[in-house]
Amino acid sequence: MTTYVLLQHYWWFIISLLGALLVFLLFVQGGQGLLYNVGKTPQERNMIVNALGRKWEFTYTTLVTFGGAFFASFPLFYSTSFGGAFYVWMAILLVFVIQAVAYEYRRKPGNFIGERSYDVFLMVNGFAGTFLLGTAVGTFFTGANFTVNAMNLANVGGDTTISQWTTPWRGLEALCDYRNVLLGLSVLFLARVLGAQYLMNTIDDKSITGRSRRHLWINAIPFVLCFVAFLVTLLLSSGWAVDPATGVISIEPYKYTHNLMAMPWVFVLLVVGVVAVLAGIVLGLTPKGDKAIWFSGAGTVATVLSLFLLAGYNHTAYYPSLADMQSSLTIYNSSSSEFTLTVMSFVSILIPFVVAYIWYAWRAMNRVKITREEVASDDHLY
Amino acid sequence: MMLNSAIDFMQVVDWSRAQFAMTAIYHWLFVPLTLGLGFIIAFMETAYYRTGNEFWKRTTQFWMRLFGVNFAIGIATGLILEFEFGTNWSNYSHFVGDIFGAPLAIEGIMAFFLEATFVAVMFFGWNKVSKGFHLTATWMTAIGANLSALWILVANGWMQYPVGMTFNPETARNEMTSFWDVLLSPVAINKFCHTVTSAYVLSAVFVVGVSAWFLLRKREQLMARKSMIVASIFGMVAALLTATTGDNSGRVIAEVQPMKLAAMEGLYDGQRGAGLTIVGVLKPEKERTGNKEAFYFQFEIPKLLSLMSYRDADAYVAGINDLVNGNPDQGLLSAREKMERGRVAIDELARYRAARQQGDAAVMKEVAAKFSPDTPEGREFLKNYFRYFGYGYLSQPSDIVPDVPLVFYSFRVMVGAGVFFILLFAVNLWLLWKKREERYRWWLYVSLWSILLAYLASQAGWIVAEVGRQPWTIQDLLPTVAAVSRVDAGSVMVTFFIFVALFTTLLIAEIMIMTKQIKIGPKNE
Repeated sequence: MTTYVLLQHYWWFIISLLGALLVFLLFVQGGQGLLYNVGKTPQERNMIVNALGRKWEFTYTTLVTFGGAFFASFPLFYSTSFGGAFYVWMAILLVFVIQAVAYEYRRKPGNFIGERSYDVFLMVNGFAGTFLLGTAVGTFFTGANFTVNAMNLANVGGDTTISQWTTPWRGLEALCDYRNVLLGLSVLFLARVLGAQYLMNTIDDKSITGRSRRHLWINAIPFVLCFVAFLVTLLLSSGWAVDPATGVISIEPYKYTHNLMAMPWVFVLLVVGVVAVLAGIVLGLTPKGDKAIWFSGAGTVATVLSLFLLAGYNHTAYYPSLADMQSSLTIYNSSSSEFTLTVMSFVSILIPFVVAYIWYAWRAMNRVKITREEVASDDHLY
Repeated sequence: MMLNSAIDFMQVVDWSRAQFAMTAIYHWLFVPLTLGLGFIIAFMETAYYRTGNEFWKRTTQFWMRLFGVNFAIGIATGLILEFEFGTNWSNYSHFVGDIFGAPLAIEGIMAFFLEATFVAVMFFGWNKVSKGFHLTATWMTAIGANLSALWILVANGWMQYPVGMTFNPETARNEMTSFWDVLLSPVAINKFCHTVTSAYVLSAVFVVGVSAWFLLRKREQLMARKSMIVASIFGMVAALLTATTGDNSGRVIAEVQPMKLAAMEGLYDGQRGAGLTIVGVLKPEKERTGNKEAFYFQFEIPKLLSLMSYRDADAYVAGINDLVNGNPDQGLLSAREKMERGRVAIDELARYRAARQQGDAAVMKEVAAKFSPDTPEGREFLKNYFRYFGYGYLSQPSDIVPDVPLVFYSFRVMVGAGVFFILLFAVNLWLLWKKREERYRWWLYVSLWSILLAYLASQAGWIVAEVGRQPWTIQDLLPTVAAVSRVDAGSVMVTFFIFVALFTTLLIAEIMIMTKQIKIGPKNE
């Protein structure tokens, strides 16, 4: 393995890890979606919003960093997918914009459109944000409708755009593939499961804990059904394989099953992840349910990480083109130069330090659970 | 059919520009206050930490509440901007992603997490963490916000002055060869220093203005006076630094973006010992054929433009006509000549791509050598042809001229307001020192209304920087027409209006909440 190929694999791992952390942090969105299911009174909803409000910036920042890191390490994906699947990404952006302000503005006097509107913003973000992200990631396995032709850049006076989308639906057509929808629903219900577990972990209140536990189970069932269905179809599906010597891409039956067999450590990661998520769900029923988030959270990171690695490692096209197979994106043909990946690898040395201070601040802030009294007395409230 | 397609394409370019400009304008309505107020809060909390005086805690918490109202919406609009590089400017993302993406990623890893982690501690940690940890969190939030500004401004500086890279015909994109050249380019450094210090000025004017309102209402006078002192000192230092870095920026622009400088000055015919126009009224575009014909009225200081641009009162400053038509005496190529050379470079790229498709290794090798800075023919080609690559996409020489009146007037609003703010801080400090601030109520009104001027000046600065470099997304290498995504104009229009409606609603909400919070004032424990 050359240094360049090693760096391409390293950066796909970093992207996968950021994606996995992002899905875990979608517990904020999941919790928002449960706002009116778990919070039956204004005070209870305030407690929920304040519990989630202390973490929403992490999800947001991870999303931004995920985008930035993808741009930096695999710019051809950025220019192809974002410029092509225009409607999907714009919709995702829209539902995240309304989230950012909702926390700060919802209970402030003179907030123009009323508390209820901001709660609706949180709910829309909770449902649509998770579902759309999951559906968009589904296309990493099922493909999308684009072509890539660098020759276009020389087309003076004509159409110079290198990456072009071949359907007028601009990414919305991904909703027509049931596998994408299954992954979207899996992410949606998983976020709600994690959201319920987070509320159990953070809020010291019997009513909220009881309802959170109930909704943990209500959402766990469709999550398991959707995810198992997705996983089975994925493992039975064909995939797009790339010949690393020639760069030629071809269809390979059972590609993702082959990937699992070729990378046993990814297989172990996937199994451990799924078991941990399920263990967290079961633990949520017990008196020690407030610790469930850590099992399901760690399991989510492991599972999603393994799925991203399945998509990109073992000579697989991680963004297959349905319009022109040879335009499919792989970690080899879409990455930044060796120099840029090297520079960024030095910067990535900071990541453990970043994780350490996040962990420290998280623990400092969550040492004491949120209570009704605190929400009634605190100075800065959402 | 082809005509319709061409019209639609130009509309896509215009609407994509409009969408990006609109998002950037809204983003910059919120960001400067975050950048500067973060430090002002940190100064105040440091005073609380050192003295233990509850007055400072209460004052800090008041300004922190206003910080919070402003903070989230800046993040929201920033998210859109980041992704619009991809959604609206697909070719741009490809052409420069190898260089431009790195600062964005570093911004996320290094700055955003710092900000996101500690802002939660800052808002919610008063009774949960120690005083020292809370103070650290407040400083970290301010530093994190400013670090994020560093990286995005480095990226922007690189767009204005692309350095530290080479073009790779194999990938049809520019690739980074020196991270330090990108980070430490004079444009990037000036851009960062000028932009953040101007943001500090805006924040200081905001605090001075709000404090003036309290003094006018005879409420919270002690808090208002102390806040005014902190903000005026901070603002004065920042305003002087803004002026210095602005002067440096002018000098750098003269070298790397002469058209922007000419547009800023409405200078049509280049001249030695060029004067700096202090005020002037431009004639309509068709009448602006030369220096004498450009203005209805103009007041200028002789030789000052040459002196400021080149540190030489008799230096030659190129005008718009020189840059469009060329000026052999000054060694300036015409835009048409640059367009031809740009097309030669683009044709070479096409030759490489065709040879690649046909597997013609000899031609590929020959063309690759032309794009290589390591070969003699490469150095010659890069210097005389590739540097004009973007000109090859232009349809006429006049395409390189930006909107002169917009740049000209914006520049004067920015500079005029900047000079006024130095006066504002100086007068306020003098009045506070003499304890006479409440005697001059009209000046308190001036201080209050200066808030609007600060926002106007801040936006005007970005208009100068960004409109002034049209039509380039990357100076001389990639114009907007070759950078845009192939989306139909209707789609971009729809998202434009959705975001206009959303951002305007949120802006109204922000202003209403902010006003209400100011009226409520600091809370009593």
